[in-house]
Order: sequence, then structure tokens, then C-alpha cells
Amino acid sequence: MTPGEELAAGLVGAGFDFFTGVPCSLVASLITALEPRGYVAETREDAALGLAAGAALGGRRPVVIMQNSGLGVSLNALGSLQQIYRLPCLLIVTWRGHQGKDAPEHLVMGRAMPQLLDAFEIAWRPIALRTLAADVGWAADEIARSPRALALVVPPGVLE
Amino acid sequence: MSSGVAGECLTTRSALAAALPWLTRHAVVCANGHISRWACALGDRPDQFYMIGSMGLASSIGLGIALVAPERPVCVIDGDGNLLMNLGSLAMVGALAPQRFLHLVLDNGAYASTGNQATISRRVALEEIARAAGYRCTARVRDAEALVEWLGRFAVASGPALLLIETVPDDGGPAPRIPLATRALAARMQAALTAGNSSARAERS
Repeated sequence: MTPGEELAAGLVGAGFDFFTGVPCSLVASLITALEPRGYVAETREDAALGLAAGAALGGRRPVVIMQNSGLGVSLNALGSLQQIYRLPCLLIVTWRGHQGKDAPEHLVMGRAMPQLLDAFEIAWRPIALRTLAADVGWAADEIARSPRALALVVPPGVLE
Repeated sequence: MSSGVAGECLTTRSALAAALPWLTRHAVVCANGHISRWACALGDRPDQFYMIGSMGLASSIGLGIALVAPERPVCVIDGDGNLLMNLGSLAMVGALAPQRFLHLVLDNGAYASTGNQATISRRVALEEIARAAGYRCTARVRDAEALVEWLGRFAVASGPALLLIETVPDDGGPAPRIPLATRALAARMQAALTAGNSSARAERS
């Protein structure tokens, strides 16, 4: 089982049942594993959040996958849709620019991402291979307790 | 496909007044701004969702509902400014092609909520973009008679369908703001969509 398949199985086992997003190489194996489970390839990250909001209104527990570059695209949707309507939405966001080691276009967001998530009151934690089950369990419990956007952040190397 | 016959110009208010009675079986998603406010004032229902922020995303929200509740007709009431902000959504709807998806675009050529600044919609045929993206039925109308005629046609056609409705600014002020809290709007929509649609339909018919 690839790490992506392990995470996909964990998400499904925890009750997440609608998957959409925009790809990043750091989560390629996760998207491959979710395609047979109906993963919807979106055109933009904020549109994926709209799709997830519709799915949540229909009773689903959605997951939106994105590169952290897409977090910038997503902030208005998170702030004026998921967070104020209290719609469940698990973000799986890759951490490009992690520790300042990446291509130049990723460095500003790589530094700013933790503060951006905190500023939008999006509880988050970085995942690790050895803690995958606990990470997914935390997200599922938090969303069940208080429906809103939450994030699991994927550093380089975890799912590749 | 065709244009409406000449008649009295529609406004956001009069177009919604004409269209809402045709949408009683639909889960409705209203774009932010005057569209949501007028839809709420003219005919509020628990299964009518008002997007107060997240401009551009009404069609994405409607598509999400259509994907998880394919048996339920879905109507997105969009604006030209909203749709221009998220043209990729036309491609998504065209590609995924939900059959019971009705997209109404109230095209007043302006960002009405912020002071009627012009959009580019008068120079871009949004319904033709939708058609090229894969919508099965598209039309442009300019008066209430043509609006009702096309809503009747689309009611029996296989979608996705898009009806572009040309409007002019409303006289007088906008409708009041949505009187319900966002959490309550989401909760009642979730209840309506997950409670089984047959009883809700019977109640309204």
C-alpha cells in the first residue's frame, strides 16, 4: 500500500466521502488513490471549496486537496463561506516552500502559510507517515465536534 | 438558440418574480448581492440557499449539490459579475453534465451592489460560452414572456441548461438584507436536502 493509499483509506474509514481539489506533486499518490472513489478534478481551488460546500449542504463530509499556492486563491471562500456557514471541509494542503527549500515561487507562501491558516481560524497540523491514523482521526473528531474548515498540511516527502 | 420577443424590460426583481414560481421543486442557490436579497424577499424557502460572500461560487455550490443529490433538480441563480468571476465553473458543469442542473444568469451588465459599475457582459455572449463548454440547452431572453416560455421548455429538457436573462437596473432601493444567520441558512438547507425530497415536494405542490 502506498502512503497515498493509506491516507485515502484512512479518510474513507473516518467518514469522509466527497473528494475534490487541484493537484500538487506532493499528493499525487493520494489523488491516484482517490480517483476510483469519485475524486472530482476542479479548475481552481476556490471553486473546489464551492463544490465542497454544495456537497456539505447535501450531507457529505468533503475533502479538498490543494497545493499551498492554492490556499491564496481560497482565502475568500474559506472566510466567507466555510467558516461563517460552519460547513465541514477538510483541507489537505501541501507545504511547498517548507523550511525555505523550494523554487522561488513557493517561498513566500511557504513562510506565510502557518500564519494565514491561524489568521483564518483554520485549525491545522502537519502530517507524518507514522502518525497518519491519528492525524486523520483528529481531523474527523474536530469536524464532527464543530463543523468548519480544518487543514492537514503535507510536508515534502510524506506521501511521495 | 433564440432571443425573446420585444417587451417590457426585466429587472432583477421582476425576473425573479417571474422565475421563482417555476423553481418550487428545485434546490436553489442564489448568488450574493441583490439576487439573494430579492429572492429571499420575494419567495424564501428552506431549500433556497443564499450565498452572502464567496462571490463567483454560486454555480460551484450548485454543482456540488447536483453531484451528491443527482435526483434533485438544482437551480443556480447567478449574476453576470459572479459568473465572469468563475468562468471555469461553466467548464466544470459542461464536463460533468448534471442532467437536472438549471443555470439562470441575471445579466444586468453591472456590479449592482457596489454602485452599478459596468461588467463586460454586454460584449461577451455568456450563453455561447456555456454552450461551447457542454451545456445541452442555452438561450438568451429579454422579457418575461420569453423567460417563462424557456423555463417551460427547460423543465422537460435534459440539462445542464443555461438561460441568460437580460435585465436593467431596478427602480428604487435593493431588497432588505437576508434576515437569517448564515449558520441557520446552512442548517435548513442541509435538513431540506437530506430529509428525503418527496415529502417536501408534496407539501409545496
